[in-house]
Amino acid sequence: MHTFAELIIVFVILLDLALAVTGSLATCIRIAALQGVVAGLLPLLAGGHIETRTFLFAFAIIFLKGVVFPWLLLRARDRSGAGKEVETLISYPVSILLCIGAFIASSWLGSRLPLPTANVAWIVPASLATIFTGFLLITTRTKAITQVLGYLVIENGIYIFGLALFVEQPMMVELAILLDVFVAVFVMGIAIFHISREFDHIDTAELSELNDWRRPEDVK
Amino acid sequence: MTNALLLLPLGAGLLAFLIRNDGTRRLLLLYTAAGHFLLALLALYEGPSPVCSGSQPAPWFAYDALGLYFLVITSLVFLGAAFFAVKYLASEKRDPGEDSEAGFIFNNAPEAVFTGCLLFFLAAMTAVTASRHLGMLWAAVEATTLLSAPLIYFHRHKRSLEATWKYLLICSVGIALALMGNLFLGAAGLKSGAGLELDTLLLNAPSLAKPLLKAAFLFIFVGYGTKMGLAPFHTWLPDAHSESPAVVSALLSGALLNCAFLGILRAHNICVAAGLADFSAGILVLFGLLSIITAALFMLGQRDYKRMLAYSSIEHMGILALGAGLGGGALFGALLGALSHSLAKAGLFFTSGLVLMAEKTKRIADVKGLWRRAPRTALLWLAGFFLITGTPPSGIFLAKFLVLRRLVELGHYWLAVIYLFALGVLFTGMARVFIPMTFGEREGKEGEKPFTEPADMMLPIAAFFVCVILAGLFLPGWLQRLINAAAGNAGAL
Repeated sequence: MHTFAELIIVFVILLDLALAVTGSLATCIRIAALQGVVAGLLPLLAGGHIETRTFLFAFAIIFLKGVVFPWLLLRARDRSGAGKEVETLISYPVSILLCIGAFIASSWLGSRLPLPTANVAWIVPASLATIFTGFLLITTRTKAITQVLGYLVIENGIYIFGLALFVEQPMMVELAILLDVFVAVFVMGIAIFHISREFDHIDTAELSELNDWRRPEDVK
Repeated sequence: MTNALLLLPLGAGLLAFLIRNDGTRRLLLLYTAAGHFLLALLALYEGPSPVCSGSQPAPWFAYDALGLYFLVITSLVFLGAAFFAVKYLASEKRDPGEDSEAGFIFNNAPEAVFTGCLLFFLAAMTAVTASRHLGMLWAAVEATTLLSAPLIYFHRHKRSLEATWKYLLICSVGIALALMGNLFLGAAGLKSGAGLELDTLLLNAPSLAKPLLKAAFLFIFVGYGTKMGLAPFHTWLPDAHSESPAVVSALLSGALLNCAFLGILRAHNICVAAGLADFSAGILVLFGLLSIITAALFMLGQRDYKRMLAYSSIEHMGILALGAGLGGGALFGALLGALSHSLAKAGLFFTSGLVLMAEKTKRIADVKGLWRRAPRTALLWLAGFFLITGTPPSGIFLAKFLVLRRLVELGHYWLAVIYLFALGVLFTGMARVFIPMTFGEREGKEGEKPFTEPADMMLPIAAFFVCVILAGLFLPGWLQRLINAAAGNAGAL
């Protein structure tokens, strides 16, 4: 089944590029969800005997990332009146160039890292590129909701990275991590709702009142 | 014992959501804090649990000396905070806040949610101190972020919301990097089957893959360093500390930052055991010094006295990192500094809450001659200034001195000069704030009601300050032994 797993890895990379160029918020949320789902499928394709706990855990991840998170985020988008557009600080061509650049850098880094031999090609570069895409979303998109999305994409990347390294964590720890991510998205969703109510928008560029050198009362 | 320590605040937190009566809920907070402290003392009396030999699976939650030390600090700070919070919440109820800068009235978050999150926050911090499995430690640290975010947003206005958002996002992303670090660490021990349990990792340390271990330490350092507020990852810290209520600022500074430091110390300990002491110590020294210098630079332009205290926290976190990196006597100093800083800073943040109640503003320029309006608060404010800047006798002076002595001992004269210079700048910068605030010429404001100082809110402050002074005068033998044992768990060579 390795060819299939490799196809998935290629798919994950393509989704990274899609995230970098998509202008619709709803589509972005769905792409990130899709990425989470295909990444959740990976452990089931490892071949050989699949334990029940692996199966259950993969199911939990797919359910959370594919159903719960997009639902929460779309709901936050609607209730906060976030609008349909992803607003960016840099143009889409620049975004995709950065993304491709990151992929080339990750491939180089992946070949240099002294990791235990990965049996699926490209898995390390794909995970690093995904993490970078998440950072790109956080730093260059202005809406609060895209920053949560970026956090989720980083999480996807780290999850794939964990698969690449074959680090087995006990079930309890995996569940605790998953619970944390879930609560994080949940709390951030509530925060977005409050931001939209207090500021009448969720543009984080406006969240700049707190700083050290220039306070509003000094400008006046 | 460990289970009781974890379950008590967890259960009380759940209960806090159900109780309708404010008075009962405040008592619950106080009794839980007291019970938790008693349990922590009992755990201290029992001593650290024996090190796992590797024959049987290591437990995920158990206390070594280092965990025990940080548990006691956390519990003590929380007890003081609970004591302060009871009166604080009552006064907030009577007199809802007025925004000091924009001048409008804002609401507070429901008290049940606040108290519940406070107790859950304690449970999460207890889990951090008890974790023997690094994956569990990560999950617990992330939980502290999520549970404290609603606490920062207690006063519901724009600025606290902005602070909450920055805190949530920067810390969550930062801690995600620590998860990468954990994965690298797991990969480093893959051949020897070390897993992510602290005991097995330490046992198999020499056979860990070195390059991967280095990568692991870097990621864990950046991740938990963000949470600890080390420069240049500190950007969330001044915002969160200045906008949250006094109780929460005290807990963030006095308890939470230590928990993140514990995460870094665990990773450092593994590096030392694996023979990479120079590598991890170098990074700790570099970023420790950078934090002290950054704090010194930003101290000079401060206009908000709570932000100023936040920068002083960054300074002390820098000293802790520096001390841990230098090892030897400096590590002892760093651990003693963790205790003294927690108590002194928590006391100062409580006092800042009283100042805010008396003056209704956080702007330094608008507070002058505090001693005329609130003499006892002014006295505590001034005492706190001398303690936090390390004027002898105090535990902080001892800590700073031990770090300096170690710098000279190792022959890092230039670093010692930079260190002393930065501390001097910090002292001057803070004196420029504290002295006029306390003694300046008071401008009478129209229609100002006289301010009655709540004596029972000052009790925990005074108690904490006395403890800090005592720590500088003489250390009881049991505490010295505990710190020495804790230093053994924190990568002492």
